[in-house]
Amino acid sequence: MDLTDCPQQGLYRPEFEHDSCGTGFITNINGHKSNQIVRDALTILENMEHRGACGCDPDSGDGAGILIQLPHEFLMEECSNLEMSLPEAGDYGVGMIFFPKDSVLKKACRNIISSAAEKLGLHILGYRKVPVDNTVIGETARQAEPDAEQLFILRPHSISTAEAFERKLFVLRRYINKTVLETVAQAGEHFYFTSLSSKTIIYKGQLTTYQLRQYYIDLADPRVASGFAMIHSRFSTNTFPSWKLAQPFRLIAHNGEINTLTGNLNWFYAGVKSLASSYFTSEEMEMLLPVIDNNQSDSACLDNIIEVLLHSGRSLPHVMMMLVPEAWDGNEHMDPIKKAFYEYHATIMEPWDGPAAISFTDGRLVGALLDRNGLRPLRYVVTNDNRVIAASEAGVLTIDESTVISKGRLQPGKMLLIDTVQGKIIKDEEIKQQIASQQPYGRWLDNYQIRMEELAEPRLAFASLSADSVFRYQQVFGYSREDIEVIIKPMAVDGKEPIGSMGTDVPLAVLSDKPQHLSSYFKQFFAQVTNPPIDPIRERLVMSLATFIGNNGNLLDEDKMHCHCVKLKHPILNNHEVEKLRSIDTGLFHAKTLQTYFKADGQPGSLEKGIARLCRYAEDAVEDGFEVLILSDRAIDSEHAPIPSLLAVSAVHHHLIKKGSRGSVGLVVEAGDAWEVHHFAALLAFGASAINPYLALSTIENLKVSGDLETDLPTDKLFYNYVKSICDGLLKIFSKMGISTLQSYHGSQVFEILGLNKAVVDKYFCGAVTRIEGLGLDEIAREALGKHSMGFNHSKGETRLLQEGGIYQWKRRGEQHLFNPQTVHLLQHATRTNDFAVYKNYAKLVNEQTEKHFTIRGLLDFTHHREAISIEEVEPVESIMKRFATGAMSFGSISHEAHSTLAIAMNRIGGKSNTGEGGEDEMRYERMENGDSMRSAIKQIASARFGVTSNYLTNADELQIKMAQGAKPGEGGQLPGHKVDEWIAKTRHSTPGVGLISPPPHHDIYSIEDLAQLIFDLKNANRAARINVKLVSKAGVGTIAAGVAKAHADVILIAGYDGGTGASPISSIKHAGLPWELGLAEAHQTLVRNKLRSRVVLQADGQMKTGRDLVIAALMGAEEWGVATAALVAGGCIMMRKCHLNTCPVGVATQDPELRKLFSGKPEHIVNLFRFLAEDMREIMAELGFRTIQEMVGRVQFLRVRDNIQSWKAKKVDLSGILHPVTNQKGLTLYNSESQDHGMAEIIDWKLLEAAQQALADKTPVFATFDVKNIDRTIGTLLSNEISKKYGSVGLPDNTINFKFKGSAGQSFGAFAAKGISFELEGEANDYVGKGLSGAQLAIYPAANSTFTPENNIIIGNVAMYGATSGELFARGMAGERFAVRNSGATAVVEGVGDHGCEYMTGGRALILGKTGRNFAAGMSGGLAWIYDEDHTFAENCNPEMVDLDPLSTKDEEHILTLLKKHANLTQSEVAKKLLSTWDAAKLNFVKVFPKEYKRVLQEKEYQAVSK
Amino acid sequence: MGKPTGFQEFNRELPGKTAPDARVKNYNEFVGLYTADKLNEQSARCMNCGIPFCHSGCPLGNIIPEFNDAVYRKNWVEAYEILSSTNNFPEFTGRICPAPCESACVLGINKPPVAIEEIEKHIIEIAYEKNLVKPVAPLIKTGKRVAVVGSGPAGLAAAAQLSKAGHIVTVYERDDKPGGLLRYGIPDFKLEKWVIDRRIQVLEADGVEFICNTEIGKHIAAEELVRAYDAVVMAGGSTIPRDLPIPGRQFKGVHFAMDFLKQQNKRVGNSPVTTEDIWATDKDVVVIGGGDTGSDCVGTSNRHGAKSILQFEFMPQPPTSRTAAMPWPSYPMVLKTTSSHEEGCQRHFGINTKEFLGDEEGNLRALKVTDVSWETDFLGRPTKFAEIEGSEREIPCQRVFLAMGFLNPQYNGMLEALGVELDERKNVKAKEGVYRTNISKVFACGDMRRGQSLVVWAISEGREAARKVDEFLTGHTLLESKDAVNFYEQAF
Repeated sequence: MDLTDCPQQGLYRPEFEHDSCGTGFITNINGHKSNQIVRDALTILENMEHRGACGCDPDSGDGAGILIQLPHEFLMEECSNLEMSLPEAGDYGVGMIFFPKDSVLKKACRNIISSAAEKLGLHILGYRKVPVDNTVIGETARQAEPDAEQLFILRPHSISTAEAFERKLFVLRRYINKTVLETVAQAGEHFYFTSLSSKTIIYKGQLTTYQLRQYYIDLADPRVASGFAMIHSRFSTNTFPSWKLAQPFRLIAHNGEINTLTGNLNWFYAGVKSLASSYFTSEEMEMLLPVIDNNQSDSACLDNIIEVLLHSGRSLPHVMMMLVPEAWDGNEHMDPIKKAFYEYHATIMEPWDGPAAISFTDGRLVGALLDRNGLRPLRYVVTNDNRVIAASEAGVLTIDESTVISKGRLQPGKMLLIDTVQGKIIKDEEIKQQIASQQPYGRWLDNYQIRMEELAEPRLAFASLSADSVFRYQQVFGYSREDIEVIIKPMAVDGKEPIGSMGTDVPLAVLSDKPQHLSSYFKQFFAQVTNPPIDPIRERLVMSLATFIGNNGNLLDEDKMHCHCVKLKHPILNNHEVEKLRSIDTGLFHAKTLQTYFKADGQPGSLEKGIARLCRYAEDAVEDGFEVLILSDRAIDSEHAPIPSLLAVSAVHHHLIKKGSRGSVGLVVEAGDAWEVHHFAALLAFGASAINPYLALSTIENLKVSGDLETDLPTDKLFYNYVKSICDGLLKIFSKMGISTLQSYHGSQVFEILGLNKAVVDKYFCGAVTRIEGLGLDEIAREALGKHSMGFNHSKGETRLLQEGGIYQWKRRGEQHLFNPQTVHLLQHATRTNDFAVYKNYAKLVNEQTEKHFTIRGLLDFTHHREAISIEEVEPVESIMKRFATGAMSFGSISHEAHSTLAIAMNRIGGKSNTGEGGEDEMRYERMENGDSMRSAIKQIASARFGVTSNYLTNADELQIKMAQGAKPGEGGQLPGHKVDEWIAKTRHSTPGVGLISPPPHHDIYSIEDLAQLIFDLKNANRAARINVKLVSKAGVGTIAAGVAKAHADVILIAGYDGGTGASPISSIKHAGLPWELGLAEAHQTLVRNKLRSRVVLQADGQMKTGRDLVIAALMGAEEWGVATAALVAGGCIMMRKCHLNTCPVGVATQDPELRKLFSGKPEHIVNLFRFLAEDMREIMAELGFRTIQEMVGRVQFLRVRDNIQSWKAKKVDLSGILHPVTNQKGLTLYNSESQDHGMAEIIDWKLLEAAQQALADKTPVFATFDVKNIDRTIGTLLSNEISKKYGSVGLPDNTINFKFKGSAGQSFGAFAAKGISFELEGEANDYVGKGLSGAQLAIYPAANSTFTPENNIIIGNVAMYGATSGELFARGMAGERFAVRNSGATAVVEGVGDHGCEYMTGGRALILGKTGRNFAAGMSGGLAWIYDEDHTFAENCNPEMVDLDPLSTKDEEHILTLLKKHANLTQSEVAKKLLSTWDAAKLNFVKVFPKEYKRVLQEKEYQAVSK
Repeated sequence: MGKPTGFQEFNRELPGKTAPDARVKNYNEFVGLYTADKLNEQSARCMNCGIPFCHSGCPLGNIIPEFNDAVYRKNWVEAYEILSSTNNFPEFTGRICPAPCESACVLGINKPPVAIEEIEKHIIEIAYEKNLVKPVAPLIKTGKRVAVVGSGPAGLAAAAQLSKAGHIVTVYERDDKPGGLLRYGIPDFKLEKWVIDRRIQVLEADGVEFICNTEIGKHIAAEELVRAYDAVVMAGGSTIPRDLPIPGRQFKGVHFAMDFLKQQNKRVGNSPVTTEDIWATDKDVVVIGGGDTGSDCVGTSNRHGAKSILQFEFMPQPPTSRTAAMPWPSYPMVLKTTSSHEEGCQRHFGINTKEFLGDEEGNLRALKVTDVSWETDFLGRPTKFAEIEGSEREIPCQRVFLAMGFLNPQYNGMLEALGVELDERKNVKAKEGVYRTNISKVFACGDMRRGQSLVVWAISEGREAARKVDEFLTGHTLLESKDAVNFYEQAF
């Protein structure tokens, strides 16, 4: 492998990489070994090929592998051929090793192995070269191919048990690994143990699933037998060669992602000092360190931690329960013994959080578990020949249905376990009960855990600040009037985080000449594609803010004193609580307060000294045995300025980690500079255990006392509200990263730092990403001192007002804005009078950032490498304008007038407008009388799927999957009921007056392979349209983009954080995501390096305002550009930033009919804008010597940093990463030049289409039958596209196309299936059945020869009927999680569902004839569900927030009866038949789930009808 | 923001005025006050825009949305603090400003704008009533002495700010009382003089010394002043009126507007009138010049009891609403009917005065005028005029007031003595934002530097110049500026 190509270059960082995949296992319950198991496992793997991926080189997979038991007989024979005689099974261990090809290095490694074995008293029997066939593998894989060899080690007589031998081998492996890394550095990359065990062995590599059995000749050998096999197929975001990242690892195969990895690793290292185990000698302990290797994937780290916990005495299920706990906090129904187990373990180990389906084995136990959210699918079958087959999909192995005993799926937080020695399946409850009862955890908690409420009153307390001091402190800590008005007041009064609109156009913190809060240099991470965000409101049950302050103790043993710490329900302490903590004295447990200030003398190094002193004191305090350190900035005076609390806490946190003693203390921050949610989030993510925002609380108290709050609420209630809104805001921030608990967020560092230099970051924020350098410590000090002097400068007249702020609103003395009175005025004037000269004045104001810097591009200048050309030679305006798009703004967020004006304008110029997520009225598909068209070329597919039907998808030139939006990446949205009028409701397929929720994630995209599936679905739904995936700029977006390109997107849009027109929480607008420059450059660089660039169109948007912006974007790699805000401004928007209030006074962002009349924009204004932009670009292109856009794309050499940057902060910025040029490989281009292979040639729908010809032609009913397998995905979607093309949304008459399928259908069975289609499926189906159903009828029932009871078994997978708008589903059996999520009009009948059923539903009907999982009806605002609740447990499982549980009305009964009859008829359901026959009794057990809002609207309608 | 939907619920309303026939009987202000509810409603109309164009349109940078909100919440302390952080004299601008803020108000795009000026006036009047307007100068002085020449709005603003910064300030005024044009240019019916006196008292309490009846360059040598003070701020205004040098200019009865207005103001203020009496009583009056000073002459003539009043404007009649040439949010040149017009007067546009005609005693008896026609450009802006043939006629009149604006400051005297450099318009040369003249220690602001302009601009100039003086004297300044200043430079 070409090593120079791999490490960080430009903006790429190896740690950004993600993977996810298909996983599973097959086992004989009794552990009977056979070759069949191995062969079947390989078949399963091959049937999940579509869940893996390959990159530019179609023959190099991302990785595939298999873990089996040691095939003793086979190995013995093979070894005897090598004249090595193996002892009995179990008496030797086998290491599967990847050696470097270089013989010198290989020899060095072998020497290390020998001496390490000797040191541990182990005897090496010999090596066996593993035979491989490398002709089958791809070029990329071959470049990095290692030499695979097997190492055989004899069990010494001194070691009697298998466990002890495994443990010894573990020490050996760790020690060898460590020694190789330390002494043969060049070999480090390539030397790797896939396994070293006396029980199991792993064959894996950078292979496709099909190559695995061909490459490893052993695997084809019939003598290779195993009682079980665990497999894994990898889909990685990159294509850099890596054999060792293939899975399985030694104990697990992981489909998922650890979002909190950095924190988990830090917490592990934090406790390293106290690691000790009776199972290891201290010498061995030393050999094991650092336990977790550097530079490996999250899954590999997880494997490492599992190993060490396992080998120090815990069982594998116990370890899994510790690391991936169920959602226990706040679960009232959980068994107290189990809950105590989780709570006890929470005090020593935080969850390794993130979506996860993990298969695991220790060689005897084989199992799998799912994370608390259940965000990865896992289906299993148990057969009567004693097999259990579990995999990411159903149907991966053809099984005689008559042998099936049961079909199930793993539920969120649950475990499936098979003990192959005992020969039984152990149920989740049983194994957990057993483990939870090992120790009296509950009693330990009762005796030792300290609860805040139980703490003694404080011994003494700080007096509260006087009104004058509050004002002074506010100045010192940088409060502005706006902070108080916009942030603190609403939080205290309403208990809610404030909402804003229209993105942000103020300078980046590092470019601003206004005083900045240190956390403004920290940008929140968010989940995107490779893992989903969570909904912290509707799925609150998985979230937790509980935290523990105190000593974490030794991870490797179980001690009751581990839980002797303070438990908090949430991390925000009021003044009373912090005083209690300060005074704590349990005899064992004490707190120490440390002052966090530095000398305000303005000397270089003063801040550094202050921090060093603080760290020293902290270390001493830990040595002295304090369990809590309180870092306080109260004690400031005119000579001493506060160290920014974020810096103080992170410095102490990392200092103590380095000393290995961080785990011994809790860090509490008493901070004057924490008032908005983002501040708290940053503090927690960088090590604070709890925070007391004393100044924010005093500010509220002052406001109350001075009568400045329009409320009668008492101060205590205001405090409560404020803390509540912080807590809710924190949950939102965690969840947008896909993190569920504070414990795992704590110390997770999920921020990118933008504008601090590497020295500061490496020393005080170790491990965080910073890519453009910026302030050093002295500059941070200068910023702090600036504010400090405001509060303590007495020589001049008193000011009585704080600074303006001006972030959320333009203010003359406040922060600068790109859109300001001048630029808005000039732009409107220019576009209305079609005056290019005025436009140029506007552009000049925006572009000239020589004195005032706003953006990264503002720091850049063009550099000339070519002769200027005449402007006539540059491609014409008309062709450039085809590359323009407007942003995604929904009809609903903006008015019809504004929306259609944009569409008409874009259609006139051949550009593309975007529907946004609100659907589109079909009348807009018709051309207007004057030839204009209001049809948006881009149809967006967002998480709520409003109005996404087959016909909608058909009427598009481009389909955009919105993975995130700049203003609030990782968050959902809400359209309040009062904005949903008749028209919007019709377009969105919902009820007028009923509020609409957009979920944070797409419920069919929890991973990259899911995205690939949705892209495939959409390509089927409209194969003429480009598929566009919209991403938001963040660190690592390049690798995500590479993954998305591999998932076959045609267009990738990189959106800047600053764009956005809709309403969002203001902290998200400002603090989440990055400027597009960083994301675009990273994406372009990574795509080129991965040889994927020429396959995709790269698009960028985010506050693009002038031709210069667009040219810069082009030079950085974007060949198309989106302009939203400027287009709106041309259409009359005057940046009111009140979109969320429905009061837009110019009729743009409002649905108020009176206000809509005031809209004065004309399509020609917008056309003018785009003409100006294109013309402006041409002028610059002529100057630079570019004739065409294509020539210009990606030519970052034509940019340089301005040489006249004056600002002391901006000067520190280093843009070399962004300006890093990448060269394309021969035959490839820096722009899109080839099309993706969507794999459409082989799909089953062509056959369906063939069979449906007559129906399409003249509506003649057709009938046919087809066999299907799990690899037949997205059935019926292409057929529906054909129906929609011809018949529009009306479709065909019901039951025109009647097709029957037999077998296991792949994902997305019947997705977007149109009216007139009637599918029957005998067998089962995977995830996404009936997704986006558009009128079709689906009936699914088990195979005729099956013998299991359908209603107790799973028949369809997760997320069925997602976003369905019409049609019907009848499924005889149970469905998985999130059934009928966001259904807005379809009817479904099933016999049981998993968790989160009918979530966010806004319309339609769901009839559930069996049990439901937890959190049913969360966020359900419309439609009805009827549950057959035989044992009256449903109420426990229902989320009552938005729904009532009512008895049936007569109308309900009629409706249910009709459905039951149809269900019985179509699926032969016994349940339905029984209910029908006993209806009078049965009906009493039905519960009607009636959304409150929907009920209200219906009642109002009824009332109106009556009163008329 | 006060009330998100306020602008949809309430219409613009202004406080009631005394009926014209009643108010012309005296010189008192005639605009009433809002009731508490009305004030609240009017403030509720403010939309607290994302880009408050009003705040941008105001030459002072008044933070209008913030004070509107404070008024809505009835937090008078806050309202006063916000207002006074940008404007030293809201009681003046609240009465006589043409309110470019209201022209820029976003609501004005399609509805009548927020009544910002009235709200401003209410805030300051309530502040006085509640005794919130107090001296602000620090106890510890810097020891620097500054002379301010001229006590018009620019001089007063500079004095107020410099005093706030701890300097010892002396204001020189050549007239008998401080106030400049505020006192003697603007009639009482628009600004009663107790309003000025009240402010002067506050300034005096703040330590500002006023020396009246003292003209620099005449009573005190300019060089002497510069020697005696650490800095001098010249704020003498633009006092040379534009003349109409046509035949007959010498006839008795042709007066500069300012001579007429000043005399009447003195009468109302019980100051001795030392110049020849000018009365419009029972006369046919023609006011030449269509601006605010012209209007003031109309109002004063009505109060004198003129027989008839005509107002002439050379330019054509402006449109009644915005045209493409004056898009929102710029200040629109539309037809404006002032309160003085309501009191009775005929207005003529596009009229050119050719000659003053007199009787044998040298008294004005009539004007010879012609009508002019105007060509306009594509945006409707007048570009070229021509006299309309055959339109020449005589207009009988006995009084003409020339209200055609001011040319430049008076050069002889102080400016000449110091050798102050002038710009091409004969105003004092000093860059905006810098305010320093070519003479060391000497600064200039207001109309003297800027040329004739609005009171609001004069206050703004005085404030900004004071910052520069403070910086000059002490090396840095914490005085507010209307625009953003580099925080870090300010802090160190």
